Amino acid sequence: MAETKVKETKEPLFGKKERKLLVDPLLDNNPITVQVLGVCSALAVTSLVMPSLVMTVAVVFVCAFSNLFTSLLRNIIPNEVRLIAQLIIIATLVTIVELSLKYFDYPTYKELSVYIGLIITNCIVMGRLEAFAMGNKPWKSFIDGLGNGIGYGIILIVVAVFRELFGKGTLAGFQILPEGYFANNLMVMPAAAMFILAVFIWIQRSRNKELIDIS
Amino acid sequence: MSTTKIYLFVASMTVVVALLLTGFRMATAEQAEINEKVFNKRAILKSLAEGLDGDLDAMSDEEVQAVFENNVQQFVIKADGSVVEDVTAEEVKMKKEVKKAIEDRNLPLYVYANPTTNKSYYITAVRGKGLWDEIWGSIALEDDFNTIVGVSYDHAAETPGLGAEIKDNSAWVAMFTGKKIYDDAGNFVSINVRKGGAIPGNPHQVDAITGATITGDGVTKMLESGLQLYESYFATLKAGN
Repeated sequence: MAETKVKETKEPLFGKKERKLLVDPLLDNNPITVQVLGVCSALAVTSLVMPSLVMTVAVVFVCAFSNLFTSLLRNIIPNEVRLIAQLIIIATLVTIVELSLKYFDYPTYKELSVYIGLIITNCIVMGRLEAFAMGNKPWKSFIDGLGNGIGYGIILIVVAVFRELFGKGTLAGFQILPEGYFANNLMVMPAAAMFILAVFIWIQRSRNKELIDIS
Repeated sequence: MSTTKIYLFVASMTVVVALLLTGFRMATAEQAEINEKVFNKRAILKSLAEGLDGDLDAMSDEEVQAVFENNVQQFVIKADGSVVEDVTAEEVKMKKEVKKAIEDRNLPLYVYANPTTNKSYYITAVRGKGLWDEIWGSIALEDDFNTIVGVSYDHAAETPGLGAEIKDNSAWVAMFTGKKIYDDAGNFVSINVRKGGAIPGNPHQVDAITGATITGDGVTKMLESGLQLYESYFATLKAGN
């Protein structure tokens, strides 16, 4: 009996709260469509599926670990320089991503080098550090980072699928639409990401009235 | 918190991060450099298209290195046709060369000998401007120094799906194969990326990419200014044959 009591008072490693942290940013509190953060990179990298996938992996990594490290350091980071400290953490992780890509997959590094550097300026990452990691424990922060990274990635990939399919007739480089399909170049332009994003937000908010006027 | 403490925190954080990243960089640098060399070699061999003995995509990194070792000769030449002795083509950085005056430029030339067909191909390097940033490429010529066997382009920052098609769209790249850079009278005409489509049968034109007019014009200019520089050296080779 004593044993079960101890277990009850101790919070589980992945309980309801953690689940909420992970799942919420996927749809109902999505960083792009609900918080409207990180839109700039969502417009830039989503013309093809493959770069969007790599970008997703990179952002999930950076977001989760910068949250973790910031949370670990949250009590010793002086309040006056906290933004600089956060920026250093993010920049370090982004550099590690860049060097790893160079080491493991040079062609992809070549393809994405500009975008990878842009993760530093992705406001989702910094937003989570300020809003969550500075005031929560490391494990929760890590999960929050994962959730927000994945939430960002889902939108990226959905937008990229539409843009590549209608803009080029392919998906991840494979021909999907028949050869005679006349590619719609508008879909390749950043403006198309704006339309798709807007439609996504529209559908999302008409399904869940609670989201209206949140942002 | 006192100012001293803040300084201390920032200083120690900087030191830790600097050490961490330096260590990480040093650990990965060697392999990264090899990766970069192989990447560049692949880009050069890619221009050979059907002229290459074997399938480039199926080749391992070691095989690519071996092809360069065994079947590729490297030369560095000047626009006046003279040969520069103490550099290899690989060491030439076109990014720097295009900023020099034409007569001072070192031009890389790779000669690939296909071991199966015994044919030789001459791979030239060109560099120019696209819409956003630089574009560059390798142009492989047959041993008549006129017929293009294939090309491969790359770019720093062209728009994916539009200008970046010069690299990604293999069907467009394949249109260069068989085109000629001299007319029947022997005058240099280069290749024109023509908006509205190449005129059928014209050996000096390829179709433009829809939505990438400026990048296409950049390719036209790059080919014209770049290929011309090899003319004198090719003339001496022809005379020697």
